[in-house]
Amino acid sequence: MTNLEYILQQIINALSIGGLYALIAVGLSIVFSILRLTNFAHGDMMMIGAYGTILANQAGLPFELAVCGGVFVACIIGIIIERVAYRPVRGATEVTTLLTSVALTYILENLGILLFTSSPRNFPLPFWLDGMVKTPFESLSLNYITVLTLATTLLALIFLGWFVKYTRTGLSMRAVAEDLTAAYLMGIDVNRVIVIAFVLASGFAGLAGVLWAAQAGVVEPLMGFTPLLKAFIAAIIGGFGSIPGALLGGFVLGGLEVLIQGLPADWGLSPYRDALVFLLLIFFLLFRPNGLLGVKTEVKL
Amino acid sequence: MNNVQHMTRLVVGVLGLALLGLLAQVVLQSYPLRVFMVMGISVIFVTSLGLSNGFTGVFSLGHPGFIAIGAYVSGILTMGMEKKLLYLPDLPAWLSGIELNFLSATLIAGAVAAFIAWTVGIVLMRLSGNYVSVATLGLMIIINVVIVNAETFTRGSRTFTGIPAHTNIWWVLGWVGVALFVLGRVAYSSIGRAMRATREDVIAAQAMGIDVLPVRLIGFTVGAFFAGVGGALYGHYLVSFSPTTFYLAMMITQLTMLVLGGQNSLTGAVLGVVVVSILSEVLRNLERGFSIGGWQFLEMFGASQILLGLIFILVMVFRPQGILGSYELSFFQPRNQLRGD
Repeated sequence: MTNLEYILQQIINALSIGGLYALIAVGLSIVFSILRLTNFAHGDMMMIGAYGTILANQAGLPFELAVCGGVFVACIIGIIIERVAYRPVRGATEVTTLLTSVALTYILENLGILLFTSSPRNFPLPFWLDGMVKTPFESLSLNYITVLTLATTLLALIFLGWFVKYTRTGLSMRAVAEDLTAAYLMGIDVNRVIVIAFVLASGFAGLAGVLWAAQAGVVEPLMGFTPLLKAFIAAIIGGFGSIPGALLGGFVLGGLEVLIQGLPADWGLSPYRDALVFLLLIFFLLFRPNGLLGVKTEVKL
Repeated sequence: MNNVQHMTRLVVGVLGLALLGLLAQVVLQSYPLRVFMVMGISVIFVTSLGLSNGFTGVFSLGHPGFIAIGAYVSGILTMGMEKKLLYLPDLPAWLSGIELNFLSATLIAGAVAAFIAWTVGIVLMRLSGNYVSVATLGLMIIINVVIVNAETFTRGSRTFTGIPAHTNIWWVLGWVGVALFVLGRVAYSSIGRAMRATREDVIAAQAMGIDVLPVRLIGFTVGAFFAGVGGALYGHYLVSFSPTTFYLAMMITQLTMLVLGGQNSLTGAVLGVVVVSILSEVLRNLERGFSIGGWQFLEMFGASQILLGLIFILVMVFRPQGILGSYELSFFQPRNQLRGD
């Protein structure tokens, strides 16, 4: 493997993992920007999306439709948890809502264990996804799943950008994020906007779950927790509550992880990857709590 | 309150704990006695968590990290030398040559946890709201990653074993007494009042001349000290454990206990421990399958956790201040004072 190939390979790895982080982090950021809710249950939408896909596939749907089914289930669960758990605590302190979401994660993960057992399941991939892309570089490993991940992530993010910027609902979403009460007084149906935010966030997480499962080859009930933590880091690095920030944060984090992984082995740092990225998070929280792209918030007396 | 009353209270407390211990040892069979011991250790965990989370309002999710530190430190210090050769052969000489008694190992475990809390706290306690929660969660994960990788000292992700089973009911109740005494003294002193002031409104507290950082730091450090002590007790109770023992499940159980009982009061924290411990013991038995009037319920592993989670959410929705709110038994308040709640 030449130097160029090595660098290209690392860039591809960084983009594909960074894209997934971005896909999860935007959902966190959308919900946070509107409700100031740090949503720990977001990661479990990945698990739901992936298991939904497996079940739909077993029920006889072809893989492509089964994925839509899985994402759809994630959206529905997102709506349900907003209605039954988050709406009753809306307006409570940040810590109360955060704790509610922690409890929800616990419920969802144990529900997953109860329904599907804690042992990992194989993720069924259609044969056309099972292969490598031919590239001019011989030793470059680029499989269809990576390409699909990159393409889907890109499409989803473009869709989100268009939705938030150019649709009426997107406009109301931005208004609610700016000031919930004022938006309500202007006649915006706040509940509807929040439900749509949860649908978007959960759908994106569900999609990320399917892609994650496709790359890992297996699905398990606790699969969403580590990616969720990474998505928190991504969202906070980029600026919690900002959609472009979450994108940037996702790719920055993906790049950093690949970089740490690629450090010389005798430095002994690569096993500490997760600890290092969390150190970075703490560093950001201290010195740039608004992230790379976040807006400065003022404390009102 | 005068000194005589104070001494009376102390004597009553010590006698009460001693009576409780005797009663437990006479009445309870071996299994319920073990449950009772875990309950006591949990009281140490949850009341110490309550000092930082409830009283200072710095909602830490990193408590299991300090518990892990306590368990591993005390485990290494008390392990017999032959066992060290067997389980931790690569330990540096200054550690492999010592074998401390339980009390000093527990104290060192608490001190190490407190020292780490103090150093990272200088940085972390500047954050507030949900940022501090996410950052302390990060701290717990960092500690976990370090423990998994420091194989020389911890056997990595493999089971850490060979620890002498020192923990008995008297050690547990003794430390429960010390923890409740110290935490009560801190929580209802002038520092404790400053803690509650910063919890209610940081800016107002600053305007009243309270320096927020040291106040929060004291809460965090004292809490971590008892987390380390409790971790040592728990380690010598379990005898063997692994890094996953001190992770998410432990965090959620402790949070449920704290939040259910009432995080703004030590009495509430103790009550939460008792309620949740008994509840999960009952549920654990139901999980194995039971039958009601001809209906056979199969085993449902995970069902008790789901129910605990539901209770947690119901508390958050209907009574976010917990069962007791900020009600405190006057027993825990060393001096008569306005509590300002």
